Amino acid sequence: MAGTPSTVRTNSRLIKWIDTRLPLFTFVQDAAIDYPEPRNLNYFWNFGSLAGTMLVIMITTGIFLAMQYTPHVDYAFSSVERLMRDVNYGWLLRYIHMNGASFFFIVVYIHIFRGYYYGSYKEPRELLWMLGVVILLLMMATAFFGYVLPWGQMSYWGATVITNLFTAIPVIGNPIHTWLLGGFAVGNPTLNRFFSLHYLLPFVIVGVVGLHLIALRQHGSNNPLGIAVKGPQDEIPFHPYYTIKDMFGLGVFLVIYAIFIFYLPNALGDPQNYIEANPLQTPPEIVPEWYLLPFYAILRSIPDKLIGVLALFASIFILFLLPWLDTSRVRSSYFRPIHKWVFWLLVIDVFALGTVGAHRPEGAYIVVGRIATFYYFFHFVILLPLIGWFERPLPLPESIAAAVTKKTAAAPGAAQSGAVS
Amino acid sequence: MRALAVIAIASVALAGAPIAASAQDEVEAPHQNWSFAGIFGTFDRGSLQRGFQIYNEVCSNCHSMKLLHYRDLGPNGPGGGIGFSDAEVAAIAAQKQVEDGPNDQGEMFRRPGKPQDTFVSPFPNVEAARAANGGAAPPDLSVIVKARGRGLEYLWGEGGPDYVYGILTGFEDKPPTGFQLTQGKYYNNIFPGHQISMPPPLADNTVKFQDGTKATLSQEAHDAATFLTWAAEPNMEDRKQTGAKAILFLLAMTGVLYGAKRRVWKDLH
Ligand code: HEC
Ligand code: HEM
Repeated sequence: MAGTPSTVRTNSRLIKWIDTRLPLFTFVQDAAIDYPEPRNLNYFWNFGSLAGTMLVIMITTGIFLAMQYTPHVDYAFSSVERLMRDVNYGWLLRYIHMNGASFFFIVVYIHIFRGYYYGSYKEPRELLWMLGVVILLLMMATAFFGYVLPWGQMSYWGATVITNLFTAIPVIGNPIHTWLLGGFAVGNPTLNRFFSLHYLLPFVIVGVVGLHLIALRQHGSNNPLGIAVKGPQDEIPFHPYYTIKDMFGLGVFLVIYAIFIFYLPNALGDPQNYIEANPLQTPPEIVPEWYLLPFYAILRSIPDKLIGVLALFASIFILFLLPWLDTSRVRSSYFRPIHKWVFWLLVIDVFALGTVGAHRPEGAYIVVGRIATFYYFFHFVILLPLIGWFERPLPLPESIAAAVTKKTAAAPGAAQSGAVS
Repeated sequence: MRALAVIAIASVALAGAPIAASAQDEVEAPHQNWSFAGIFGTFDRGSLQRGFQIYNEVCSNCHSMKLLHYRDLGPNGPGGGIGFSDAEVAAIAAQKQVEDGPNDQGEMFRRPGKPQDTFVSPFPNVEAARAANGGAAPPDLSVIVKARGRGLEYLWGEGGPDYVYGILTGFEDKPPTGFQLTQGKYYNNIFPGHQISMPPPLADNTVKFQDGTKATLSQEAHDAATFLTWAAEPNMEDRKQTGAKAILFLLAMTGVLYGAKRRVWKDLH
């Protein structure tokens, strides 16, 4: 036979026959079995595959939810309740999806902070990182649209507040607002298009995840030491090492996720969303889901509406520039004596913003909100470039393998690269 | 280590968000002991049936429960119902008058209720409900337990029942001195703002329980709240029991995977 015969390691002639014509098995073998990974990845490198798992869980449960859901203002709320009462295991489907959104964001936020701490966005992985930011944006849009679907009070008023932001744009703001909603206020046309988009965007995310992975494979994973792989001694095959490690991590994750699904299913939600939407009654407080609170806080910390909206978008778009804002030549914060600590300031800042976002803008919350908003931008625009210039990084190890073997002799690298255990 | 720290901080902050979001100048209802609390909690069927009796005889004069059907109370209802037999359910439904139609003359007519009917609403529309209740429409009670409650108890599903119990037992004949009570409102310790348009629906012996239980105010309020909790989530028992099995399975699986991971990685060191 002409052409290259399959190189898949199997005794099955059928698989060989197929693979020669349609190299699916070769692809899996290259991408998930033989694929070389740095040998020192720690458990933070589990969060990428966890995010992928969450995406699959969300799409699967979502498709089944959509079979029971009615996107109409008069029936949406009761169709979701009917699903939970009268459809076998409907409650389970809905609680998986509802809490899944939260856990998806927990995973992705940890994944992003991981990338930030270990400098994974640095050359040559800038596009990989930027595609990740695109995924984050798409997830936010998807979750926002999804939250409108059960048509509770918070669905309705959240949609009203967020779409209203568009009216801040001068001149064309109001026409855009009307065009987006399909009317002058959130109503049935809005619910219909949000459902349509909520069904569509996850598949767009799948596409961007594909690009994200192509970009990842081009240069391979970064690692806790942030130094490049220098040869085969620095690497191990994905299977069995990382398949088993990912599965163990997935197990731990699922236990925590299941505790929420089965015992705390509404803990992350707002009680107001169990009241059917009522356009005539504004709830005492309008708060978005927890994962959007930091951004909501930035929006509300700025007295001017238009500038507030710009700051909101800037707070996410600034992440696109991170590869250039960070001027350090060293990737991993482990070798960056100053940045290592400054990293935690950003974490604290984001939590502070989240807390502020959950409260009415009154008294101390206004002050803290403004300081935290200022710090957020100060961190990226001023602090990061400066630290990169002035900081004197610790000496880097010659290679991953060298660091790992030294580690067994209890060298300082141990705690950080924490990996090979 | 750092992983743990981050997860710990994240979970605290997450837990804090909804509490923080709903923390206002309102009184948090005192916590009660519920049969359905905890990992293995189940609904006390006696309490559910008494609670339904209260709803049926008292609350249903003002409050709808549009998400429930009479059949839900029977053995084939969600979560196995509240312990009534099919015959009992049919009898309960038959006491109601349901509007149906149009018939072949094109006219609407009234007929006795059937198990598949939804709970009959006391008012034809919100406007009528509002007009009859001094301007405040009594809310639908189907999921009221999930829609109320604050504080930590809300996180594991006891804040709502605490709140309903608190409202039902929280009325005062006289508002505290200096409190300006609007005409037609009632003073309630738990209701936000303390002025509620609902007249105290329960007192000692408001109902005569069929099972002979002494009908004190707190007993009635407890049973009503238990019934409303079931109504808000009739599959709760199934959820918790499935959860225990699922989590045990996941723990075992994770244990095995951990062992496997150790073995696979051992030769690398
Ligand atoms: C006479 C009519 C009437 C009866 C009977 C009645 N209610 Fe109400 N209920 C109301 C009205 C009116 C409101 C709205 C109060 C307001 O918004 O000020 C209300 C509100 C409530 C609320 C919501 C309070 C809140 O947080 O908004 C609950 C819970 C409640 N009732 C439970 C019950 C229960 C349980 C019973 C039966 C034991 C009952 N009610 C009987 C008229 C009634
Ligand atoms: C990126 C993946 C996804 C995210 C982050 C997401 C997020 C959400 C959120 C936050 C809700 C509101 C949950 C609630 O409070 O009830 C929701 C509801 C819903 N989602 Fe998704 N979703 C995703 C994918 C999908 C997909 C692919 C579908 C359909 C094919 C879908 C269908 C639905 C339906 C029908 C509802 C309404 C039912 C309900 O509210 O429980 N979702 N989604």
